[in-house]
Amino acid sequence: MEHIRTPKVENVRLVDRVSPKKAALGTLYLTATHVIFVENSPDTRKETWILHSQISTIEKQATTATGCPLLIRCKNFQIIQLIIPQERDCHDVYISLIRLARPVKYEELYCFSFNPMLDKEEREQGWVLIDLSEEYKRMGLPNHYWQLSDVNRDYRVCDSYPTELYVPKSATAHIIVGSSKFRSRRRFPVLSYYYKDNHASICRSSQPLSGFSARCLEDEQMLQAIRKANPGSDFVYVVDTRPKLNAMANRAAGKGYENEDNYSNIKFQFIGIENIHVMRNSLQKMLEVCELKSPSMSDFLWGLENSGWLRHIKAIMDAGIFIAKAVSEEGASVLVHCSDGWDRTAQVCSVASLLLDPHYRTLKGFMVLIEKDWISFGHKFNHRYGNLDGDPKEISPVIDQFIECVWQLMEQFPCAFEFNERFLIHIQHHIYSCQFGNFLCNSQKERRELKIQERTYSLWAHLWKNRADYLNPLFRADHSQTQGTLHLPTTPCNFMYKFWSGMYNRFEKGMQPRQSVTDYLMAVKEETQQLEEELEALEERLEKIQNVQLNCTKVKSKQSEPSKHSGFSTSDNSIANTPQDYSGNMKSFPSRSPSQGDEDSALILTQDNLKSSDPDLSANSDQESGVEDLSCRSPSGGEHAPSEDSGKDRDSDEAVFLTA
Amino acid sequence: MEFAELIKTPRVDNVVLHRPFYPAVEGTLCLTGHHLILSSRQDNTEELWLLHSNIDAIDKRFVGSVGTIIIKCKDFRIIQLDIPGMEECLNIASSIEALSTLDSITLMYPFFYRPMFEVIEDGWHSFLPEQGFELCSSATSEWRLSYVNKEFAVCPSYPPIVTVPKSIDDEALRKVATFRHGGRFPVLSYYHKKNGMVIMRSGQPLTGTNGRRCKEDEKLINATLRAGKRGYIIDTRSLNVAQQTRAKGGGFEQEAHYPQWRRIHKSIERYHILQESLIKLVEACNDQTHNMDRWLSKLEASNWLTHIKEILTTACLAAQCIDREGASILIHGTEGTDSTLQVTSLAQIILEPRSRTIRGFEALIEREWLQAGHPFQQRCAQSAYCNTKQKWEAPVFLLFLDCVWQILRQFPCSFEFNENFLIMLFEHAYASQFGTFLGNNESERCKLKLQQKTMSLWSWVNQPSELSKFTNPLFEANNLVIWPSVAPQSLPLWEGIFLRWNRSSKYLDEAYEEMVNIIEYNKELQAKVNILRRQLAELETEDGMQESP
Repeated sequence: MEHIRTPKVENVRLVDRVSPKKAALGTLYLTATHVIFVENSPDTRKETWILHSQISTIEKQATTATGCPLLIRCKNFQIIQLIIPQERDCHDVYISLIRLARPVKYEELYCFSFNPMLDKEEREQGWVLIDLSEEYKRMGLPNHYWQLSDVNRDYRVCDSYPTELYVPKSATAHIIVGSSKFRSRRRFPVLSYYYKDNHASICRSSQPLSGFSARCLEDEQMLQAIRKANPGSDFVYVVDTRPKLNAMANRAAGKGYENEDNYSNIKFQFIGIENIHVMRNSLQKMLEVCELKSPSMSDFLWGLENSGWLRHIKAIMDAGIFIAKAVSEEGASVLVHCSDGWDRTAQVCSVASLLLDPHYRTLKGFMVLIEKDWISFGHKFNHRYGNLDGDPKEISPVIDQFIECVWQLMEQFPCAFEFNERFLIHIQHHIYSCQFGNFLCNSQKERRELKIQERTYSLWAHLWKNRADYLNPLFRADHSQTQGTLHLPTTPCNFMYKFWSGMYNRFEKGMQPRQSVTDYLMAVKEETQQLEEELEALEERLEKIQNVQLNCTKVKSKQSEPSKHSGFSTSDNSIANTPQDYSGNMKSFPSRSPSQGDEDSALILTQDNLKSSDPDLSANSDQESGVEDLSCRSPSGGEHAPSEDSGKDRDSDEAVFLTA
Repeated sequence: MEFAELIKTPRVDNVVLHRPFYPAVEGTLCLTGHHLILSSRQDNTEELWLLHSNIDAIDKRFVGSVGTIIIKCKDFRIIQLDIPGMEECLNIASSIEALSTLDSITLMYPFFYRPMFEVIEDGWHSFLPEQGFELCSSATSEWRLSYVNKEFAVCPSYPPIVTVPKSIDDEALRKVATFRHGGRFPVLSYYHKKNGMVIMRSGQPLTGTNGRRCKEDEKLINATLRAGKRGYIIDTRSLNVAQQTRAKGGGFEQEAHYPQWRRIHKSIERYHILQESLIKLVEACNDQTHNMDRWLSKLEASNWLTHIKEILTTACLAAQCIDREGASILIHGTEGTDSTLQVTSLAQIILEPRSRTIRGFEALIEREWLQAGHPFQQRCAQSAYCNTKQKWEAPVFLLFLDCVWQILRQFPCSFEFNENFLIMLFEHAYASQFGTFLGNNESERCKLKLQQKTMSLWSWVNQPSELSKFTNPLFEANNLVIWPSVAPQSLPLWEGIFLRWNRSSKYLDEAYEEMVNIIEYNKELQAKVNILRRQLAELETEDGMQESP
């Protein structure tokens, strides 16, 4: 690779984030796709793999006596600190990574070299796993009110929209084209979700080019058509998800929002979700808080508040709740837009759909939802998540926020989702990893041109194959929480929204609950299934023997070895004792707490084996004898591709109980 | 005194009750000596049955001739009664006020309560100090039980029986008692079987400004060290605060006089600072009008989670000294009845698997809180809504329970009890029909003859029917030391207690139920499979016997 100035640096130290005095010595490798750190320690040879596409920032810090520190922040919230002995090497690594982390051509991305050893047929099957035509059929379309339009065939009307679009039956091609000319980037109103029960729908578009007084007959007819497609209601909500001030400012640029006087029977509503720049800064501020070394409770809470992150999450949720209520309770259709209708609109439509339709709360349904509201409707993945080198001002955690909204809902409705937290975390990871082709480019058009489906693999198939890892044990298809609309309390509940440490501090394993209820229950359920099978087999045999005995014939049957059902352990523990230097000076009291270093498998991503008391396996740790080694029932189906995991390292985490 | 004197209006009709999660209901309000009862008129069912002692504060207001009484409970619940008639309302309000602030302990409900269940095991005898000592004496002979405090003469806040180093005689203990705050000489709190290290606790040494010392005290403490070993003294006050107490005769161990000990100061807040923290927190939780930012800043300003973090950190430090450093420790603050007990009991939760079982946790509360003389009567007299701020009111025990919940949340499979168990203990510490949490120490409880006159909480809790509500279905004995994270990201607000009345727990309860069902079904299947296996084995042996000649 021409961009790699130095492929290998020895005697590099990987600094432990929690206790900076501890560092692992090893060798750093740069490959075309990954940064790899391999520890020297012969018994572990632990490897840390970081995809170039996950690298968010690289920071060269002031050289110290020990070497030249390099700080790598990743888009999946991992932070890696390396100390490279030679300034020159450090510079080379730095320059190489700067280039490698910012590919300029799609072909440089990992998905074009990633090969999971599937044949062509399997790959093709993977791409058809999620089928949007099927999804519209599931919604009950086409029907008396809605039809599939071919107006955007070959992306003739709107190049950021998909070709397959549902519009009201009464909306003629003339109306559509007319309306598209009156909308930013020609993103005219189309159907996002159809609520079978009462014919209400959620439609989406971009802002109208209304300026101070412009109007467009076709656009007005388009909204009429949407209203008429819902015979149960005599008005349509138009939800502008922007703060009113932002929308008004747009009028000066010839854009803006719908004038209630021009459109008959609309109810116009601002929601007030901030723009991508505010969100980017907000996340930045929150991550700074997460990065603080041993922050006080006040530092943390104050920083969290100051970041505004949870306020933004709440705003998105509020918008989704408003729309879900309008649809399910008022039976009114809703047209949602923001400016271009590909960020906030996507967030809000998908949150509302998730609240309304239990299908989207299943594994496959959730994939469909992302495929529909995000991928097909031209959410600009490439720009927002910086897959290719581009304008940093375009980058914003738009889908991250949606994923967090889902997590917040999962916390409120623990039985309502078929998938678990790990599923969300892995989707977030792969939005940035560029390992699969799903999230490449900014639109369907671009993806087709790049022939993504012929050249890369689909994440959905990959997740589906490993679905056992992603199931929520509390989900039951016949449970009341899995039926119908999710009803959130009407009173404002700020305390409902919580900091998601499982996402933003996910590489600090010690901060997470050390035992996973999900994994425990999954293990119980797995055993239950085995027991059911065994029970059946036993009953059969018993019956047979009884029959045989009745007939007084002698049949010899062999008793099978009863399988032993030991407890389910969620922890893989053994305590290692690391006696500390016990000198008289009080300051020499160990500034480290008993650590809980996971000698985590290579499977950070798929197998977050949560361990209870984990050993600190530092080189000279003396293993305590006689401690029960509770073996771990690890979730099945780990992914072993090194590319998959961003950290093969043992996450050691030590809470520092003693403050300096 | 007759309760009747305090009850001016025993009964009012057409009272409307508003409370969280239920529609308003109209009924008849009755006041008895210990309860406020509202029965709805439809079918005469009791809608509300509230102990007067659970009432923390009341507000009243009038709209026309309808008076409204807002009752704020010690468990943070707020209920509202609309009472027709101004006079009735005033009478009810003043009666509630009087009945909820009775001066005499012997007028409290536990002295009148007659259990409706059969007592299988008398909780008053469930956790005897001798039994606790057996656990320690089976491993070592370095400790003995001392009856020096039999008449509560040496230390009024200690129980009659304490565990002390074998080499220290009662005479020496008496001398040490004069050198320690409240006579609280160092006693054994916990013996770590794994390495023989111990946690001791005491009151502060009374060194005063002129550096008074006490040879017996030094000897006692050193007697707990193995040859050549050193120990740590964890002072739960900052150095500054500890220094200030010297002016009032208190102080801390001078290194020169305790050369084998290293002193560590940790700052855990006390008294009104904690009480104010609780008041602010509950106020923040009840404020539904503010926006997201105000919520977080109010949560932050309450400092509640800061206290949680401080206490847990100190407990982890103590446990770390014991388990990782192999060093014994002595813990004290000023009196040794509050932060000291938080730290000693939490360290045991971390170190000792037994204290994570139901019985073990009950024993821990009995030993480290009740016997150890945490003044429950004073601390839990009022809760988050009190207006009359008394210096000795403080949610010390609630903070402890919150810390236990934090560890439980991080290790959801390592505790035999569930969150409901902790909530139940919180409720009973503040208002109860049982005598367990009455009085400030063992001496007071003896004088009140609680064992004879009241029922123990443990008698009720330990019935199988009650226990099942408090048992954690996920529990798997974990014999290891469990090290919780004390990072702010790992310490959330305990919603189960602070948001209990502000948000419906319906969906969370359903999830809990689902979890129980999954585990119960598994157990059921296991039992069935085992029976079949046995049957099959029997049949097959018969078979074999028939076959053999």
